[in-house]
Amino acid sequence: MLYFSKIKLLTIYLIIIFLSFFASTNFYSDKEIFFLSKNINLGLDLQGGSYLLLEVDAKPLVNQRLQQKVIKLRNYFEKNNIKYKKLILKDKKINFILNYNNIKEFEEYFLNKDNDINYYYNNYRSYEMKYSIKNNDIFIEYSKFGLIEINNSAVSRSLEIVRKRIDEVGTKEPTIIRSGNDRILIELPGLDDPDRIKKLLGKTANLTFRLVSDEDSGFGSELISFEDSDEKLNINKRIIVSGDNLINAKPSLDNQTNQATVSFTFDRVGAKKFGRATTDNVGKQLAIILDGKIISAPQIREPILGGNGQITGNFTFQSATDLALLLRSGALPAPLNIIEERTVGPDLGEDSIKSGAFSLLIGFLLVIAYMIYKYRLLGVIADLALIVNLILLVGILSVLEATLTLPGIAGIILTVGMAVDANVLIFERIKEEKRNENSNIHAFDMGYKKAQSAVLDANITTLISAIILFFLGSGPVKGFAVTIGIGIVTTLFSAYFFARHLTSYYVLKNKNKDKDILI
Amino acid sequence: MILKISKDIKFSNYYKKLNLLSLSLIILSILVLLFKGLNLGVDFKGGTLIEMRPESSQVGISEIRQSFIKMNLGDINVKKFGKENDYLVKIEVKKSTDENFILSINKKLSSDIGSQVNFRRVENVGPKVSNELLKSGLLAICLSLAAMLFYIWIRFEWQFSIGAIVALLHDVTITVGIFSFLSYEINLSIVAAILTIVGYSMNDTVVIFDRVRENLKKYSKISISDISNQSTNETLSRTLITSVTTLLALFSIYIFGGAILKGFSFAMIIGVFVGTYSSIFVAMPILNYTKVSQKTILKKED
Repeated sequence: MLYFSKIKLLTIYLIIIFLSFFASTNFYSDKEIFFLSKNINLGLDLQGGSYLLLEVDAKPLVNQRLQQKVIKLRNYFEKNNIKYKKLILKDKKINFILNYNNIKEFEEYFLNKDNDINYYYNNYRSYEMKYSIKNNDIFIEYSKFGLIEINNSAVSRSLEIVRKRIDEVGTKEPTIIRSGNDRILIELPGLDDPDRIKKLLGKTANLTFRLVSDEDSGFGSELISFEDSDEKLNINKRIIVSGDNLINAKPSLDNQTNQATVSFTFDRVGAKKFGRATTDNVGKQLAIILDGKIISAPQIREPILGGNGQITGNFTFQSATDLALLLRSGALPAPLNIIEERTVGPDLGEDSIKSGAFSLLIGFLLVIAYMIYKYRLLGVIADLALIVNLILLVGILSVLEATLTLPGIAGIILTVGMAVDANVLIFERIKEEKRNENSNIHAFDMGYKKAQSAVLDANITTLISAIILFFLGSGPVKGFAVTIGIGIVTTLFSAYFFARHLTSYYVLKNKNKDKDILI
Repeated sequence: MILKISKDIKFSNYYKKLNLLSLSLIILSILVLLFKGLNLGVDFKGGTLIEMRPESSQVGISEIRQSFIKMNLGDINVKKFGKENDYLVKIEVKKSTDENFILSINKKLSSDIGSQVNFRRVENVGPKVSNELLKSGLLAICLSLAAMLFYIWIRFEWQFSIGAIVALLHDVTITVGIFSFLSYEINLSIVAAILTIVGYSMNDTVVIFDRVRENLKKYSKISISDISNQSTNETLSRTLITSVTTLLALFSIYIFGGAILKGFSFAMIIGVFVGTYSSIFVAMPILNYTKVSQKTILKKED
C-alpha cells in the first residue's frame, strides 16, 4: 500500500491542482480573467432573498369551464331539437334530463371523437369528460385527464405570466420553475421588497369594463363593492371589454389634477367595442373592475374612439405603476396562493456568513491542534490531508456550481470534524500492527490494508444518510446533504491517496529508524 | 495524554446495568413524548416565524408581546434570539393568504413600540406544505434507518443488523426525548441533524463490528463476550479520538455559528454522545444476547 506508480501520483496531484484552481476562483472578485471560472452560489439564506411557493388554484377555472360547457350543451340541444329538462351545474357536475329515445343520440354525439363539447385526447386515449346515466338523468363531469389538462394549461400559463411580472420588476437572476403538478417555485435572490412581488403575484388582474346598471337589481346585474370602501354599485353583468384586449398600459400623471393614473391602449377589436359602448352610453357611469372590485366608475362624458383611455382612482404613483404592470402582463388563468414563504434580509445573510466562516475557522484550528497533539508528525500529515480535503470540497462545489447554504457551512465544519476519522482509523491500526511487525514498512502497509474495510463501511453509512437527506430534504437542508456527501468523497480521496502518499514518503525515508519514533 | 485509558476494560460487566439505564431512558423519552409532545416549528406546524431587530434598543420583550397580542393573531410566542436586541416571534396563523400580512404586522408593531423594526427573516408555511414537510421528514428518518438495516445485513449478519438498528432507535428516541423534555423546537434542520446522527452512530458501530468480525475469524475458542471486550478495547482510542474531533467541530458551531444553527448543533452534540455510548453498550451486548460466534460469520463464506 505504500508504493505509488508515477502515473498514479501524477493523476492524484493533477486532480488536486485542478480542483484548487476552481476553489481559488471563488476568492477573486475579478472573474473575467478566468475563462473557466465557476463559482459556488450562495443560498438565499446567505445572500438574502425570498423563496416563494405558489399553488395554482384551478377550482374556479374548472367551474368556469363547466359553465361554458353548459352553454355549449344548450346550443347543441336547441340546434338539434332535442328536448331537455333542468340542465344545471351542481357540485362540479352538469346534470340534465333527456327523453329516453334521445339518450342514445346524445351518447353517440358525445363519444364521437370530433365533437366540440367533449374533447378526445389522443395522448391519453381518453375523453375530457365522463358521464353517467341514472334512469333518464345524465351527469357529466371532468375526467381525470380533463382535470389534468386544465391544471397543466393553468400552471403553464400562470408560469408565463408570473415570469413576465417578475421580470418587469427587474430583480436579478430570479428562478421561476414549475414544481410538482400545481405549484410554482420562485427564488428571488437579493430582493429587498418581497411584499411588492407578493402583492403583484396575489392579483389575478382580471380587468373588465362594465356599465353601471340603472335598475335597482335584476337578473342581468350584480352588486359589486369598491376596492377602497364598502360602497357598492349595481353593475351590469355584460362585459364591454376585458383586459384581454389591452395591448399596453403605463402609469401617467394627470395634467390637471396631478393625480397618478394608468393610461391604456386597446387592440383593434377592443377599441371598436369600447368606442361603440361609449358612444351609445354617454352620460352613464362606466365601472372599471379589477378582480371583482371596482377601481373607479367615472361618467362617460364623450365617446372614446381612439382606443386609448385612462383609469383614474386612488392611486399613488407606485400603485399606478404596479397596476399598469399587471395589466401589461395579462390576467392569470387562476388565482395563485402563496403556500410557503421564506425571506431572509441581506444583513442577516451577511451575519450568517460571518459566523459560519468564523466557526469553521475555530473548528478547523481545534481539530488541527488536536491531531498534532495526538499524532505529532503523522498528525501534521492528517492535517495537510484535511486542508487538501477542504480545498477539494470547495473545488468540487465550485465545479458543480452548487448552492452553499448555512446548513451547508455546518456540513463543511462537520466534515472537518469527521474527516480525520479515516486517518485516525488508519493510524490506530498502524499502531496495533507495529506490535506484531518488525519493520515499519510492513506495519504501515498492514495498517492501511486492514483499516480499509472499516474506513469504507464507516463512510458509506454516512453517505447513505446524506443521499436520503438530499432527496427528501428541502431548501437549505439540501445544501447540508450536498456538502456532507461530497465531503465524504473528498475525505476518502485525501486519506487514501494524498495522506497515504505523504505517509509512505515519510516511512520510506525513515525506514531504518527505531519504529517507536514514527508514531 | 488526556485519553489515557487502560486497554482491557471488561465492558461486558457493565452491559446489564447500562442496558437497564438505556431502557429506562428510552421509556422516559417515550413518556415525555407522549405527555409533553414535541415543540414543532413552523416548518412542521405551519404558521409564521419572524426574526426581528428593533432599531431602538430600548424596546423590551414585553412591549413586543403586548403589541402582538393586540393584533389578535392567535397563539403567539416571543423570545429573545441570538444577539441582545434580536427577537424571534412565532405566530400561529389560521389563514395567511393575505399578501399584505407581513407588511401590516410590521406597520402595527413599529407604531406600537415606537421604533422601526427590521424583519431579518420571515418564514411563512401553509398547513398543506407543513404537513408535507412533516411527512417527508419522517419518511427520511424511517428510510435512513431501513437503509442502514439493509446495509449492515448485507455486509454482516442479521445479528449485527439487529444490534445496529436497536442502537440507532435508541439514539433517535433519546435525542428526540431530550428535545421534547427541554421544549426545544423541532424544525427541518433538526431532521437533518437526526439523519446525521443516524449516520454517525452507525459509523461508530460499524467500526467495532468490523473488528468483531475480524476477531471472530481469528479466534474460534474465545467466547463472544471476550471477543466483544477485546474488539471494543482495540477500537476504543479511535472511537474516542473521532468523537473528540467531531465534538470540537460541533461545539465550535454551537458557540460561534450563530443562533440559527444552535438547535442543529445541539442535537448533533447529544447525538455524538449517545451514539458513541450506544455503539459500545447497546449494539455490542446484542451480539452477546444473540449468541454470535465464529459459525455465524463462517456460514456466509461457505
